[in-house]
Amino acid sequence: MLKLRIEKAPAPAWVRSVIPLFAILVTFIITLVFIVWVRVNPLHTYYYFLVAPFTSTVSMIELLVKATPLFLTGAAVAFAFRSGYYNIGAEGQLMAGAIMGAWLGVMLKGSTPWVALPVMIVGGFIGGVLWALIPALLRVKLKVDEVVTTLLMNSVIVYLVSYLLNGPWRDPISMWPQSPDIASSAMFFILLPRSRLHFGFILGMITIAVIWFVINRSGFGLKMRAAGSNATAARFAGVDIEKTILTTALVSGGIAGLAGVGEIAGVHFHLIQGFSSNLGYTGIVVATLGALNPLGVGIAALFMGLIETGSLTVSRALGVPVYLGQVVQATLMLVTLGMFILTGYRLKREG
Amino acid sequence: MPAAIEVNAMNVVKMKNITKRFGSLVANDNIDFDLRKGEIHALLGENGAGKTTLMRILYGLYRADEGEICVNDNLVNISSPKDAIREGIGMVTQHFTLVPPLSVAENIVLGATDGFLLNPKKIRRLVTEASEKYGIAIKPEALVRNLSVGERQRVEILKALYRKAKVLIMDEPTAVLVPQEVETLFNSLNQLVSQELSVVFISHKLNEVMAICGRITVLRGGKLTGTVEHKDTSEKELAKMMVGRETFGVTRQQDKEPGEPILTIANLSFTDEQGLERLKDVSLEVRCGEVLSVAGVSGNGQSELVKILTGLKKPTSGRVVLNGRDITGSPPAVITAAGMGRTPEDRHAGVIGDLSVAENLALENLDEYKKRGMLDRKLVREHAAKLIEEYQIKATPEDHVRTLSGGNMQKVVMARALSRKPCCVLAAQPTRGLDVGATEYVRSKLLEQSDRGAGVLVVSEDLNEVMELSDRIAVMYEGRIMGIIPALEASEEKLGLMMAGVLEKDETKIL
Repeated sequence: MLKLRIEKAPAPAWVRSVIPLFAILVTFIITLVFIVWVRVNPLHTYYYFLVAPFTSTVSMIELLVKATPLFLTGAAVAFAFRSGYYNIGAEGQLMAGAIMGAWLGVMLKGSTPWVALPVMIVGGFIGGVLWALIPALLRVKLKVDEVVTTLLMNSVIVYLVSYLLNGPWRDPISMWPQSPDIASSAMFFILLPRSRLHFGFILGMITIAVIWFVINRSGFGLKMRAAGSNATAARFAGVDIEKTILTTALVSGGIAGLAGVGEIAGVHFHLIQGFSSNLGYTGIVVATLGALNPLGVGIAALFMGLIETGSLTVSRALGVPVYLGQVVQATLMLVTLGMFILTGYRLKREG
Repeated sequence: MPAAIEVNAMNVVKMKNITKRFGSLVANDNIDFDLRKGEIHALLGENGAGKTTLMRILYGLYRADEGEICVNDNLVNISSPKDAIREGIGMVTQHFTLVPPLSVAENIVLGATDGFLLNPKKIRRLVTEASEKYGIAIKPEALVRNLSVGERQRVEILKALYRKAKVLIMDEPTAVLVPQEVETLFNSLNQLVSQELSVVFISHKLNEVMAICGRITVLRGGKLTGTVEHKDTSEKELAKMMVGRETFGVTRQQDKEPGEPILTIANLSFTDEQGLERLKDVSLEVRCGEVLSVAGVSGNGQSELVKILTGLKKPTSGRVVLNGRDITGSPPAVITAAGMGRTPEDRHAGVIGDLSVAENLALENLDEYKKRGMLDRKLVREHAAKLIEEYQIKATPEDHVRTLSGGNMQKVVMARALSRKPCCVLAAQPTRGLDVGATEYVRSKLLEQSDRGAGVLVVSEDLNEVMELSDRIAVMYEGRIMGIIPALEASEEKLGLMMAGVLEKDETKIL
């Protein structure tokens, strides 16, 4: 009888970089079940999913719009993960950035865009940093697991937003639970006329370029990577692990905060309940899919934008639920993660 | 049926011609081992001698490449612990496999229950019966997480016995125990053998082996040195068998003028998280231009000493002064800046596999390669290329350290530690696991450092190495310095006895 045994044996490095591609393939094979279940032609579905969004300028721009916040949340998560800080709290930090944006946006009435734009960006960043501060300090000072604390902080801020919208910030005229509109000078400018593509897209690109540079070209980046891949050895070599992790955690929060300010200043122009639609959590998917590499994150964010646009297109064209797209997204995440873990092992014939 | 092999009615276990290879390393080389009914049989040897490997083969954790195993004179095929348990073999390792939130009784029956339902009263009764039968005192209802290490070990033993073990393998059982617990353990083991059970006692502590075992099998470097009866041997002889008889060519013992003290360790004590006192009032002085070695069987406080000197742990009390600067409890960066070149005990805890050779070489003094926060990659690469050539590292600056052999990895560690001309070098287990060529290279580099005038502190379990390199040798036993002797006066016999805690420095004069 053939006996197989699982052995620990890391695959060569190049394998990791092609995993996302294989994951996509496997995902489509798995999701075939659901596609057949809702009785549509799989080939049509894949066409609308992957190809149709590229056939019109409008949907291509929409793809970029969808990808915009994901550049930032993906970058935020990837940055933290690289130093071994598992920040699951991008969602909460994004909302903190959005709260700062909604508040500053109103305070900035009467200012010029030259003043308002930098203030909004810095403010959003600070908002994210503040919300990331407590879990980061708990981790560094008391070794409290950040996965738990950052996740719980996400729940806390949902109620903070709810309080603000139902209390002090409630729109005094309509009485809707939404904050007053921000000043027009504080709004992120539109990149292409008659589209929703705003300055946040550029901000996302710049952020990705900057974190790539920091991770791969700076002394701090080397410390980050050292701490993230072998903390014991890094400490031995004199890296101040606590300081490195604290800094990375706060910057990660700040980047997530930028995503939040972008949603307020570029899309909604006021704070409303549920404006985020899990952008922070999707950031984790994007970061993982991008193999924690900033350039990979950029591509993964575009890919996520494609899937989100695609699932809308599919549902419109074929009359299937939008949830199909979410099923594809979730499957993709599971498959990718599974594949990354499996590359560490190999099957060996025994006997 | 396989051909019948030599029959000996007294042997419960007989292992014949066992060979186990890990890559190019032969961990067990054609070893014979037999265990009689009702005896405590010691398996003695230094770290890496192959004791644990041999017993892991018996317990089904490894499979031998060659050789056969008989249990009760039947040739058996043991390919997993399940098979071993079926044959009546149980093993208690240093790493306990208990579930802390469950009770003692639940832990003992875990995986050995019949049927789907658990009857708490019944299992408590069964466990109490077993406890009384074997004379191992435990409280069946206590939660494992509230137990001391010694109590946990008793639970592990009872767990094996509950699975009808007739042969009990104890892998360095005393390493985790305080002296009083050791006594309790020995009493339990003696009671077990009086009930016709057999015990394999893996150890490297001579006094324990002599205190409890009937026969002693000694391994050295993966080979069988011999099996002796307790009554025919002595600690002295065992020490000799354990560390080897070859005489070493001591190459460098010209009378050197000892320099000024460069590293002073004064009254260092360290108590770990479990409250065990790992270092007791350790004082050492390393002078410029000399090699001082700290010898000892592993687990006698050397690790803790190294961790304190490298900045990974803070001592409970005492002082460390390097080149006039107090570095007690300082972080690694401060210690390196003060002029200490350090190599860690475990080289994997010193270099980062996922980073390149160049990045690893730059990591310890990053500030020298930074230009306005950005890394000067050209400088990093040039620095690496220079060291790669100087230290004959078989790699390019861009290679990930993960892909390097052990010897080349150690060269990276050494190159980084020595490249800044430190005034004091701490080399912990510098040649562990290296082949002959790499070993010679590393040792010559260390001697080069002392010739240059640096103080060199070597911490090693390899007596050969200690005697070859040192001017003076300090021996550690149970966290204390047993004594410091000049290398010229050292013999492996003397060192072996000091390492076993039998002999203190003052007594060595009598020998």
